[in-house]
Amino acid sequence: MTLITPSRPLSALVALSACLLAACGPKEEAAVPAATADAGEATITIRLGHVAPLTGPQAHLGKDNENGARLAIDDLNAEKILIGGKVAKFELLGEDDQADPRQGTTVAQKLADARVHAVIGHLNSGTTIPASRIYHDAGIVQVSPSATNPTYTRQGYKTAFRVFADDVQQGSVLGSFATSKLGAKKIAIIDDRTAYGQGLADEFEKAAKAAGAEVVTREYTTDKETDFAAILTKVKSTKPDLVFYGGMDTQAGPMARQLKTLGISAPMLFGDGACTVEFHKLAGEGAEGHYCSLPGVPLDQMAGGTAFRDRYKAKYNTDIQLYAPYAYDAVRVVAEAMKQVGSTETAKFLPALAALNYPGLSAQIQFDEKGDIKDGAVTLYQAKGGAWSALETMGGKPNN
Amino acid sequence: MSVDPKLKARLGVVLIGVALAVLPFVVGASFGNSWVRIIDFALLYIMLALGLNIVVGFAGLLDLGYIAFYAVGAYLYALLSSPHLAIAFPQVFAAAPGWPVWAVLPLGALVAGLFGVLLGAPTLKLRGDYLAIVTLGFGEIIRIFLNNLNAPANITNGPQGINNIAAAQIGGHALNRPLELFGVMVPGVHLQYYFFLALTLLVIFVCLRLQDSRLGRAWVAIREDEVAARACGINTRNVKLLAFGLGATFGGVAGGLFAGFQGFVSPESFGLLESIMVLCMVVLGGMGNIAGVILGAVLLALLPEALRWGAVPLQQTLFGKVLIDPESLRLLLFGIALVVVMRWRPAGLWPSALRKRELAAHGEAA
Amino acid sequence: MDIFIQQIINGLVLGSIYALVALGYTMVYGILGLINFAHGEVVMIGALTALTAIGLLVPSGLPGPVVVLGGLLIAIPVCMTVGFTIERIAYRPLRNAPRLAPLITAIGVSIVLQQLAMIGWGRNYHTFPPLLPAAPHQFLGAAITDLQIIIIATAAALMAALVWLVTRTRLGRAMRATAENPAVARLMGVDVDRVISFTFVLGSALAAVAGVMVAANYSIAHYAMGFMLGLKAFTAAVLGGIGNLGGAMLGGLLLGIIESLAAGYIGDLTGGFLGSHYKDVFAFFVLILVLVFRPSGLMGEKVAERA
Repeated sequence: MTLITPSRPLSALVALSACLLAACGPKEEAAVPAATADAGEATITIRLGHVAPLTGPQAHLGKDNENGARLAIDDLNAEKILIGGKVAKFELLGEDDQADPRQGTTVAQKLADARVHAVIGHLNSGTTIPASRIYHDAGIVQVSPSATNPTYTRQGYKTAFRVFADDVQQGSVLGSFATSKLGAKKIAIIDDRTAYGQGLADEFEKAAKAAGAEVVTREYTTDKETDFAAILTKVKSTKPDLVFYGGMDTQAGPMARQLKTLGISAPMLFGDGACTVEFHKLAGEGAEGHYCSLPGVPLDQMAGGTAFRDRYKAKYNTDIQLYAPYAYDAVRVVAEAMKQVGSTETAKFLPALAALNYPGLSAQIQFDEKGDIKDGAVTLYQAKGGAWSALETMGGKPNN
Repeated sequence: MSVDPKLKARLGVVLIGVALAVLPFVVGASFGNSWVRIIDFALLYIMLALGLNIVVGFAGLLDLGYIAFYAVGAYLYALLSSPHLAIAFPQVFAAAPGWPVWAVLPLGALVAGLFGVLLGAPTLKLRGDYLAIVTLGFGEIIRIFLNNLNAPANITNGPQGINNIAAAQIGGHALNRPLELFGVMVPGVHLQYYFFLALTLLVIFVCLRLQDSRLGRAWVAIREDEVAARACGINTRNVKLLAFGLGATFGGVAGGLFAGFQGFVSPESFGLLESIMVLCMVVLGGMGNIAGVILGAVLLALLPEALRWGAVPLQQTLFGKVLIDPESLRLLLFGIALVVVMRWRPAGLWPSALRKRELAAHGEAA
Repeated sequence: MDIFIQQIINGLVLGSIYALVALGYTMVYGILGLINFAHGEVVMIGALTALTAIGLLVPSGLPGPVVVLGGLLIAIPVCMTVGFTIERIAYRPLRNAPRLAPLITAIGVSIVLQQLAMIGWGRNYHTFPPLLPAAPHQFLGAAITDLQIIIIATAAALMAALVWLVTRTRLGRAMRATAENPAVARLMGVDVDRVISFTFVLGSALAAVAGVMVAANYSIAHYAMGFMLGLKAFTAAVLGGIGNLGGAMLGGLLLGIIESLAAGYIGDLTGGFLGSHYKDVFAFFVLILVLVFRPSGLMGEKVAERA
């Protein structure tokens, strides 16, 4: 703590004096060129690594993350924030891990060799976890915008952070929403047998059962499947009043469509993976009435949220897929911590990051002792007229 | 002035030995430790490719599910060297089994070998592409079981994978930690390199001995003509099963090393694409020729990584801007390389002398 | 009972698509003895081309089915060209090469096509606009859509046409002769190269139809969609007896039905020990079992050793 507090006013002082000098410019002719030249010369380059699958079936999400991070880099460079009295120039090293654990560790080592100041990523839990060991050993801060497996922050690595509710946080909110708000008594659960889908479905099942609901069937698909008729027919035979799916929009969309074709009237409930614009495109008319959850507060309710959406669209000519705001936040919190302590050294800014309280795009970001987002609020949405409309924000249970 | 050829050969061996010994330091100093890590993986791929070469190259049995044995070795190592079993079955295991690596690796090889025989047994009558699809199915079955055996009993931890796998320990030193040796800090990836290198050399030695053995000749015989081989008194059933079994053991060892190296295993590392990748190494390098297979493994392990590094700068010098995403370009060039090499060197980059002769003869006949 | 009928219908729809793709594998295999691993990618290109064409045709205000037909008519020649080119570039030069070499080029071609599709069509999933009536009919308590009826009927019609072509026409006879023995066929005046090209083109046209069906039925298309589909179709072709047209159809339908029934009933049959996540295990298990007792597939002929 001693490191943080004194330097905060210090950096403010530096900024203030720079500003004053500039303001006094016209009067003191001699001092001005020197001062501005100084500010122009004294730059510090901060290199951030970013890892996500940029090829393969999840490439669209990976690119989305990278775009979100790049937007944050652009903003930071435009803002010309000062770190330790020097103008910070941020660079992003985007890497592709193909969602493959082996490649995940290879690029992690590459970033460690390149001595990046922090890493944003990875996207998947399966690559984030093995990579976190390398970052930890190399003393590099890692902030994942989207890996939800609880294990990631429970390995005792001080360098591991995430700006996203984990499966336990989200699963318990979904469970209580399903039972108390939707009044579901008989629930069918489907997951895609990925680390994400299975992890979320298991936590949801626990929470729903604890709240007294009955799980009438547990069915499975894969993250490459497009035909769900067989498992949905099985689901139909158990007459559930809610169908939960743990997986991504690419399966959830067609699944919702096929649910309608088969004449199942029960609504579906999804986690963040299906809480996307894409879901509506993929589900078409089948989207109406289903529910999903997304950690954090709705983008429209946050300061700068709508502006972010517009700027993203203007810059990349595509809509936000899913995790771009979280990737944006991940970059911003790292920069904020560096700014607060005026240093880019891990040893110095890591404690600041751990103690940060920052108004992000997705939520007010504070980390708990494991590096997870504290009291991760989760917002529930319902599909209405071709878009997700926010229903309510539920506070996450403190996880342990 | 003439040099004794024996002396020349010995000198060559010494030179190669020295080169291999200093390789990680040279590479690490000039390109960074990530390249040492890539070379570590290349060594694992050499073991895998040599193992598959026994089945495909020596015995001529097309196997598209070879990665299953790698998975078996990796999961066995993971179970025996991580706290997973102790967490999942506290009443059976008080603590992580924590077996020494010298016990786990041979056990992994043995179990993988048994799986190899298990796969071989029902497929003895199958030929060519029927065998290919059955082995492919076998590989998928193993992967699906690994992915789903977290319930009713949590054996593999399902899609979440097994974490906190201890690195191999030699002489009380865990290989993922740097070691100070004669005042020089040797990073963990370098230590892994020497460990993998030693085992790779052992695998190469075993392969060389197998090739010239009675068994090796029997494999070639059934590859060339199974009916004739049987007529010559070769027990084709046993010989085929031995090919599957022995090939699988190498996969099992490589899998164990992979688990200890990564510290984490999950089913997504053992997909069909990995099997296809290893097969590409064997065929591209030169089926049946040990040196060729090694070459293929090294090339295919390094090529995508080299493209990862070189794709952007290359485009910038050629066109002044980045036209294609480096990630797409990487795979695109990989695909083109496969087509081009097969187009002009259909027997592989470094085919065995025998194969080359056969191909020439075949070309004349056609 | 209605659930059982529904599962059979699910299986038939899935199986029809498998069967159409499997025909492409089996025709090429029958003639060249080669697994055309890139066939699944041709299906993908068919689906994406049709979607792009449909996207351009929608504003014209033509009725939905006409637009879909228009997309299909554009996708077919595109796929034919792709199939023709693949054979020329990747397979023809390797005709006398060792058996595994064309397998590797096929994998290479598959990767290249996928990456080109990703560069051209992007990484996102593309959706099929709602042009065809999607409201389900009730049939003995089970739901079936018009589109699904069309898929089953089209697949059946195309297979019948293909069988007619192979068994009744001059070209079909040339194909069978080439499959039997290329060298002798050549001596008999068959232009073997042309027959092989034609086989690829024909298989690719079927792939285009299958691609449009997949895209329409599941409403999505994606640059990576071909791989799994191709793999399943290949499994179906082997199950039925690769190289045999009837076998590909039987294998496709059977695989579809096995998958549906496995997903629906495996849990009940094993007392909850195995669930729908083991449906592929079950499918492969059936395949292995069939091959143990009939090493050349269900309808495959006993062939002599082929090196």
